[in-house]
Amino acid sequence: MALLDVKDLTIKFGGLTAVDGFEISIESGELRGLIGPNGAGKTTVFNMLTGVYLPTSGSIVLDGKNVVGKQPYDIVEAGAARTFQNIRLFKELTVEDNVKIAYHKQMKYNIIDGIFRLPSYWNEEKKAHNYAMELLDIFDMRQSAQSLAKNLPYGKQRKLEIARALATNPKILLLDEPAAGMNPQETKELMETIYLIRDKFKIAILLIEHDMNLVMGICEKITVIDYGKIIAVGDPDQIKSNPNVIKAYLGE
Amino acid sequence: MAGKNKKSNVINLIAIILVFVLLNILTTSGIVSRYFAGILVTCFINIVMASSLNLTVGYLGQLALGHAGFMAVGAYASALFSIAINEMGMPATIQLVLSLIVAGIITAIIGYLIGLPALRLKGDYLAIITLGFGEIIRVAINNFKFTGGAQGLTGIPKIVNSNNSYWVTIVVLVVLYTLTRSRHGRAMKSIMEDEIASEAVGIDTIKFKALGFTISAFFAGVGGGLYAQYTAFLDPSTFGFMKSVEILTIVILGGMGSLTGTVVASFILTLLPELLRDFAEYRMLLYSAVLIIMMIFRPQGILGTKEFSLTGALRIPAAIREKKRAQNDAEGGDL
Repeated sequence: MALLDVKDLTIKFGGLTAVDGFEISIESGELRGLIGPNGAGKTTVFNMLTGVYLPTSGSIVLDGKNVVGKQPYDIVEAGAARTFQNIRLFKELTVEDNVKIAYHKQMKYNIIDGIFRLPSYWNEEKKAHNYAMELLDIFDMRQSAQSLAKNLPYGKQRKLEIARALATNPKILLLDEPAAGMNPQETKELMETIYLIRDKFKIAILLIEHDMNLVMGICEKITVIDYGKIIAVGDPDQIKSNPNVIKAYLGE
Repeated sequence: MAGKNKKSNVINLIAIILVFVLLNILTTSGIVSRYFAGILVTCFINIVMASSLNLTVGYLGQLALGHAGFMAVGAYASALFSIAINEMGMPATIQLVLSLIVAGIITAIIGYLIGLPALRLKGDYLAIITLGFGEIIRVAINNFKFTGGAQGLTGIPKIVNSNNSYWVTIVVLVVLYTLTRSRHGRAMKSIMEDEIASEAVGIDTIKFKALGFTISAFFAGVGGGLYAQYTAFLDPSTFGFMKSVEILTIVILGGMGSLTGTVVASFILTLLPELLRDFAEYRMLLYSAVLIIMMIFRPQGILGTKEFSLTGALRIPAAIREKKRAQNDAEGGDL
C-alpha cells in the first residue's frame, strides 16, 4: 500500500472550485513533482494535505491512517512535514532552537522536569542538542548554529526550513517551491540536498516547483494540474511532450 | 557546557544571598526607613505581577489586559484562606506559603477557564476579551457577600514583609526562567514567532497557549496573595483596568521576553513616582515623559529580549582587555 494515498480531493471556496478531484499515490522513497501554472491550486493541495484547509470532499490516507479533518500538528505526528513557499522560520530564535522546536515531540520530559531541571531534562536536552548538531552537519550549517535565523543568507534559510521539517521525523516531506528565488548555483546545491535527504532519511518527497530544470532533473514522476484539475501524470519525458501540458503553459 | 552552567549557578546563588543579607541589614539597622522597606515590598509584588504577565506577552506573544483581574482573584483567595487558618497558630512562613499556593491554584483554574475561549482570538481581540474578563472579575468581587463587597475585606493577617516577599520573588523568577528555557518554553516562543510554522512542526498551539496563560495566571495569583497579606486590606477598585495597564507598562518598558528587564523596570516604575513625590503636581507629567522618551529611543524595552547575566557582566573586563589587545595587534600589523 502506498505511503500517501489521496483520492478525489476537492475543495470549494464559495462558488469557486479551487481543486477538483485531485488524486495522487506516493510510495515511500519516491521523489514526486507537482507542477502547474500560477494559480493552478498546487499550494491549496499542500494546505489540504497538511490540515490547514479542510477539503470539501475526498480522502487523504497517510501511512494507513485517514488524516482528513485532523489538526496540522496531528498530521505532523502522523508523518507529513512541510516547508513554505514564503519562508516561515522562527526568525528571532537561533538556528539550533529552530531545529529543537521541531524536535519537541521526540523529547520525553514533562513540564515539572523542565522547571526543576531534573536529570531527565539534562539527558533529553543533551540528546536534542546532539541531534540538532548532527542534522545541521548534514546541511553544512553547524557553524551557524548559534546565529539568529533571520541573519542567515537566503539559500541557508531555505535549507534550515528543510532541516526543521526533517527534525519532526517525517515519512513524507512536502516542499513548496524550495528553489524560489535561488540562483542556478544554489538550485544545483538544493538538488544535491534533496537527493541526500531521500537517501539518508529514506523518506518520500513531494515537491511543488516552477524551476523546470530542477523538477525534470530529480523527479521520477510528475503530476501536472491546471485550474484545479489533473491534466497529466507521467515521467519527465512524457510530461515534456504532453500536448495538454504544453497548452497549459504556453497556450494554443 | 555543564561546568559553565554550574559556575554561573553558584555565582547567581551567591549574588541572591548577598542581596538578601544587604536587604536584611538595611531594614533591621534602620538605615532605610520602614516607609522605604514598604516600597521595596511593592517593588517585589510588581516584579511578580509583571514577570508573570511577561510569560503571556513576551513569550507567548499574546496581548492580555486582564492581569489585574487575576491579581484580584489571588488576593481574595489568599486573604480568605489566610483568615480561615489564622487561628491554627501556624508559623507565619508556612501560613504565607500555603495561602500563596492556594491563591495560585485558584487563579490558575480561573485563568484556564478564561483562557480556553479567549485564546482562540488574536491580537486586539484577545486584548479586549481579557479586558472584559478582568472587569467581570472585579465587578463580581464587588457584589459578593463573602468578599466584603465594595466596603472591602479587612482583618487579613499582615504577614508579608520585605524578607519573605524577596524569597517569593526569587522563586517565581527562577521558575519562570527555567520554564522558558525548557522544551515547553521553546514551544511557547515558537508560537510568538510564527503560529502557522509552529503548527507545521507539530506544536499543539492551543494547548501551549492555554498552558502559558494558566501558568501566568498562577503567578499573578501569587502576586495578588503577596499584596493582600502585605496591605491587610482589600478594596475591589484597586484591581481596575488601570492596574492591568500599569503591569503591562512595566513589561513593555523592561522588554518583552526579558525577565531581568522586568525586574529593572519594576524598580524604576515603582520608585520613580515615590521619588517624585516632592514635585507632586509634575509627577505624572515626568512619569509619562519617561515612558515616551523610552519608547522613542528604545522601543524594544530596556533589555529587549536579552537577559542580564552576572557571569556575563563579570566577564566584561576580560572581554574589554581582549578587544584592546586585538586592536593593538591590528594597529601593530599596520605599522
